[in-house]
Amino acid sequence: MAGGAFAEAGADLELIGISKRFPGFTAIEELDLRIPAGSFFALLGPSGCGKTTTLRLVAGLEEPTTGRILIGGKDVTNVKSFKRPVNTVFQSYALFPHMTVLENVAFGLRRRNIADPVGKAHEALRLVELDHLAARRPLQLSGGQQQRVALARAIVNRPALLLLDEPLGALDLKLRRQMQLELKSIQNEVGLTFLHVTHDQEEAMTMADTVAVMNRGQIEQMGAPEELYELPKTSFVANFLGQSNLFTGPVTSSTGSSIVVDVAGVKVEVPKDRAQRHAGEVTVGVRPEKLMLHTSAPKQSAGSNSLGPGRVTDVSFSGVSTQYQIAIPGIGLVTVFAQNMVFGPVVNLGSAAWVSWSVEHGFGLLDEPERAPRFAADTDTATIAMQTRHELLAEIEEA
Amino acid sequence: MRTFSFGKLSLGTALLPIYSALALVFLLVPIVYTFVFSFNDSVKSNIVWVGFTLDNWTNVCNAQGVCGAFFTSMLVGVVATVIATVLGTLMAIALARYRFRARSAISLLLFLPMATPEVVLGAGLAAQFLSAGVPKGLLTIIIAHALFCLSFVVVTVKARVASLDPALEEAGRDLYGSPLQVFWKITFPLLLPGITAAALLSFALSFDDFIITRFNNGGVETFPIFVYTAAARGVPAEANVIASAVFILALVIVVVSQLTSAARRKRLAKQA
Repeated sequence: MAGGAFAEAGADLELIGISKRFPGFTAIEELDLRIPAGSFFALLGPSGCGKTTTLRLVAGLEEPTTGRILIGGKDVTNVKSFKRPVNTVFQSYALFPHMTVLENVAFGLRRRNIADPVGKAHEALRLVELDHLAARRPLQLSGGQQQRVALARAIVNRPALLLLDEPLGALDLKLRRQMQLELKSIQNEVGLTFLHVTHDQEEAMTMADTVAVMNRGQIEQMGAPEELYELPKTSFVANFLGQSNLFTGPVTSSTGSSIVVDVAGVKVEVPKDRAQRHAGEVTVGVRPEKLMLHTSAPKQSAGSNSLGPGRVTDVSFSGVSTQYQIAIPGIGLVTVFAQNMVFGPVVNLGSAAWVSWSVEHGFGLLDEPERAPRFAADTDTATIAMQTRHELLAEIEEA
Repeated sequence: MRTFSFGKLSLGTALLPIYSALALVFLLVPIVYTFVFSFNDSVKSNIVWVGFTLDNWTNVCNAQGVCGAFFTSMLVGVVATVIATVLGTLMAIALARYRFRARSAISLLLFLPMATPEVVLGAGLAAQFLSAGVPKGLLTIIIAHALFCLSFVVVTVKARVASLDPALEEAGRDLYGSPLQVFWKITFPLLLPGITAAALLSFALSFDDFIITRFNNGGVETFPIFVYTAAARGVPAEANVIASAVFILALVIVVVSQLTSAARRKRLAKQA
């Protein structure tokens, strides 16, 4: 057995050169990752980016093709899942339907012959405020309650590392916000290392100390949420974590502290320490809420970039702010988020507009945005049916 | 026009209950006959009603060979069911959970014994036992029964395994359960309804099998063989008693399980 000891504090997790290949595709490619003890770490990425596979490798539910996994400095690569000091909150909760809530929570304690499993299970249920439902079966609970039981069942074991596999995905928005706060406070209370896998960027940013953005089996960028948001290093991060306006052009000059990029004839200045590359074709960007909207050409001034004139093609009001789309000839669509400080939209649909931002808000990326759109244009079913018919007819004619 | 259709409708509504009643009577007559004639005070053949008696019920084993045949059938049924259920459950789990070579071929082959006529199975087995030099008797009956029950167990349990969320077993392993503990604490209890259903089905199939048994019984008499043989000179009323008792037992099992599950549902509904 895994021994009767509880982890007193979280342990750090280290992944060294991890790859995972399944027949037909590679889920993870040469992944290196270090999560310090006691931190709340979020692995963020779109579906299919390898984040859940990473979690399952750590839990021991999959074996890595190459690489090593260390928990608290100990190599656990070849340790079976039931002997790892790790517990998981599954996406589907995976509560045992034939046991009471109490027995679900006590399951891990009993398997390790920990003293007083029932008392400790009640204690964990009190932590998630569900002790009054201890005698129920899981299927008699609501989704949010089941989620809390799953959490209690995992943390009661005081694992060195707690893995959360999109545990809030099935909850509605309001409950999700509430559970996010609860999870965060429980993590503070018990001091365990949390590894949270999610595709929800807002969830990752509000909960985690450190966020790693994953794409195609690799980590694109890792850091504190503010750092990732303020200074994205790749176009994927710039667009997956919030939105960005990106412009590409050659670097034409460079001063002591900044570079100047020629974007369709307009000079855009970016601080050197916020740019990943300082020469050649460079993609620079700025967040939509950092942009100022003008109805007349803004005065050229040092420390500020401006683009325009363009035409307002879309105005959508979302309560706190209004989102504007401005088509600027030669540059394309620029998105602006403006705080709603006056009644109604500041700029009307179809009118001319300029945008400007201070130089210190811009950033320069390592790569260029992909030429292909991130989402293929939706083709309606009628068109697809037409296409298929044409293809069929062509085939018949050939035969 | 209107009266005509009205008349047609009333004819239909009048005929339906009569037709239904006739169908039910047709279905139930043999059972009622068996039950009623288990109380017949017959001496030799149990065809004509002589008079009411409880003797047949109180002294079931009086008739030559009835109880022996019954206990042989019980023994064969229990042993064959245990073998078929254990093997079939393991096969079902393997087929539903793991990917291995020839998996789909094996799945298909398992259907064959169900689709094959019993005469073919029985004759084939008899030939194999003969060429292997296995003397026919209790052992060959049990082997034959375990064989044809196996497919039914695999099919029944496999459906249950397929509906089981694999994450439950993963959660068990994640919560420090060794493979053996995960099987006994999680997989097995969750499969139990399916396994029980499969076992009951096996036992029922084994208990009333005649054709395959007839090919492989040697001198051993199971209950169906006994009844068939006795039919030539008149089935003794004691056989009716056993048949009725088995029928009543099956009925009681069904009713009790229905009642308990209804009671459980009610209790759960009240708690929720």
